[in-house]
Amino acid sequence: MSAPPIAARGLRREWGGRAVLAGVDLRVEGGDVVALRGANGAGKTTLLRVLATLLRASAGELSLFGHDVRAHAADARRRLGWVGHDTACYPDLTGRENLGFHAALHGIRQAAARVGEMLAWAGLEAAADRPLRTYSRGMAQRLALARALLHRPALLLLDEPFSGLDAESAERLAVLLAELRRAGTAVVLSSHDAGRLAGLATRTATLVRGRLEWS
Amino acid sequence: MLRAAFAILAKDVRIEARTKESLASALVLGVLLVVVFSIAHDAPPDEAPRLAPAVVWVTFIFTGLLGVQRSFVIEREHEALAGVLVAPVDPAALYVGKLLGNVLLLGVMQAIIVPLVAVLLHVDLVPVLPALVLVLLLGNLGFASLATLFAAVTVRARAREVMLPVLLLPLLVPVLVGGVKATQAVLAGGLAAAGEPLAVLAAFDVIFTTAGVLLFEQVVRD
Amino acid sequence: MRLVDALLPWLAGVLVLAALWLIFVVVPTEAQMGIIQRIFYVHVPCAWAAYAGFFVVAGASAAYLWTGRPGADRLAVAGAEVGVLFCTLVLITGPIWARPIWGVWWTWDPRLTMTVILWSIYAGYLLLRGFAGEEEAVARWAAVLGIVGVLAIPVIRVSVRLLQGIHPAVLTTREGGSGLGDPTMRLTLYVASLAVLALAVWLMRVRVRIAALAGEVTALRRTVDAREGAVA
Repeated sequence: MSAPPIAARGLRREWGGRAVLAGVDLRVEGGDVVALRGANGAGKTTLLRVLATLLRASAGELSLFGHDVRAHAADARRRLGWVGHDTACYPDLTGRENLGFHAALHGIRQAAARVGEMLAWAGLEAAADRPLRTYSRGMAQRLALARALLHRPALLLLDEPFSGLDAESAERLAVLLAELRRAGTAVVLSSHDAGRLAGLATRTATLVRGRLEWS
Repeated sequence: MLRAAFAILAKDVRIEARTKESLASALVLGVLLVVVFSIAHDAPPDEAPRLAPAVVWVTFIFTGLLGVQRSFVIEREHEALAGVLVAPVDPAALYVGKLLGNVLLLGVMQAIIVPLVAVLLHVDLVPVLPALVLVLLLGNLGFASLATLFAAVTVRARAREVMLPVLLLPLLVPVLVGGVKATQAVLAGGLAAAGEPLAVLAAFDVIFTTAGVLLFEQVVRD
Repeated sequence: MRLVDALLPWLAGVLVLAALWLIFVVVPTEAQMGIIQRIFYVHVPCAWAAYAGFFVVAGASAAYLWTGRPGADRLAVAGAEVGVLFCTLVLITGPIWARPIWGVWWTWDPRLTMTVILWSIYAGYLLLRGFAGEEEAVARWAAVLGIVGVLAIPVIRVSVRLLQGIHPAVLTTREGGSGLGDPTMRLTLYVASLAVLALAVWLMRVRVRIAALAGEVTALRRTVDAREGAVA
């Protein structure tokens, strides 16, 4: 049995003396789509960022695909994809250049072909050679997703991916998530929108007072 | 590791080539500083060459601070740095990539400012050009080694504009002194005379590039 | 530790009184420089205390990066504040001593230049901590600065020797002052050094305690705020 995409125990994260995460346990397998809910400021973003290894937990253990994030950080990140509130791309570079950069970071072979593939998937072929700053919000979001999916991650972490999306883009995202689930990718995403998540998620958890409560 | 560092360097070069923002502001500031120093000293033509080393190095340090800070400002926009941090990239690679980018930026700026100083302060550079390039290279590396490390800190701090010079200037004294003394020696008698200050620069480069590689993760990850 | 904390101010007080008595009553006036030379017994120990403070910063910073324990971070701040305090005293007592002897308040002599730069590095450290903002990461950034600062000390020392040593005669006089022949002078120096060191240690311990208490207060306040938020 191969190691689960996420195996987290007792994750704690303090901010100014207050525990934002007060002992989070989480185990996510391939094909899981975990919906993360909670009030504003409850700590959803913090948890996602800890899982994405952008933040260090002050206590607890976290392993991605069996690799401890402290001891084997690079291995842990190899199959990880993350989309936060912002695109994590450079506004002065074109869509193609941005993806090309991330392809180089991940050491993807035949990068140009893969980049072309993802641009086509995101429907950005026409805008591929325009700077990111000329993109609309929906286009930028699609580029961010393309960036996250470029290296075919087996674990995808999405922070409020549906916020600010128009209906068409939201539908496209929902279709993608269903595909990923079928393909065995693990997904953890947060959202305010309960309705959206209902059809997609295999499990739902709410972050209450720093702990996860499953429904 | 090197692959990632070069990817980062290439990315930064591409962005800079497109916007030219850092280079343009550094050049304008540099020219202005040289002019202001020259006017303030108001030295007669036969004395002017003596000013050149000090003018050149002080100018580079102040314009360098500008350029280095900006190289991290672009990472803050749209949380671009997060995209790099979630990739399986060694933080040292990020440091080296940024470091090389800053050295390159300084070099390009110096290629324009140094001849300008030669003209304005009546200095004959041609016979000592290779030696001078070496001095500048060692100085750039020393400057960039610490500036890259601390620019990553100050880009997130309040009072960012004043914080970087305040933190860096005392630490950069060896680069300033070594650079000025080496330049003086090279202009007077060629490379051989500059042995001691060059050794100081080289030692500084080794110590702080190593320190930067080891400590960069601490400033860039939370 | 409580016992040490309780005794330390008394010990420091006794040592300071002893040092003052030695400096002003017992020790003979130095032949060349006259009465002003007595400031040497304050100037030199302050310099040692400053260096001690800065090494504490480096050690505590390294410990903090290694272990993440907030106690290490508090010690680093204490070391920096005490170091800057005594370094400031060095920079004040120095010119007071220099003026009657050399005729100038200041020269860009390597050792003086070094001291000013050292002061600037750690004043910068305090500025970073004070004005960098509220982020948790500030402690880590400061720790990096603390380590880099101490690494820079030998390099700066070597590089300022490249500057013109303007008054070698002056330097010898300073050197001559610390090559103390008279045993009473040596005794005075040792006692004064112990006094200053005791003061420095006591100040650092007090500062660490203040930082710990401040941390507790902030945590309590946050808990209260959170609870009130929940009720409301």
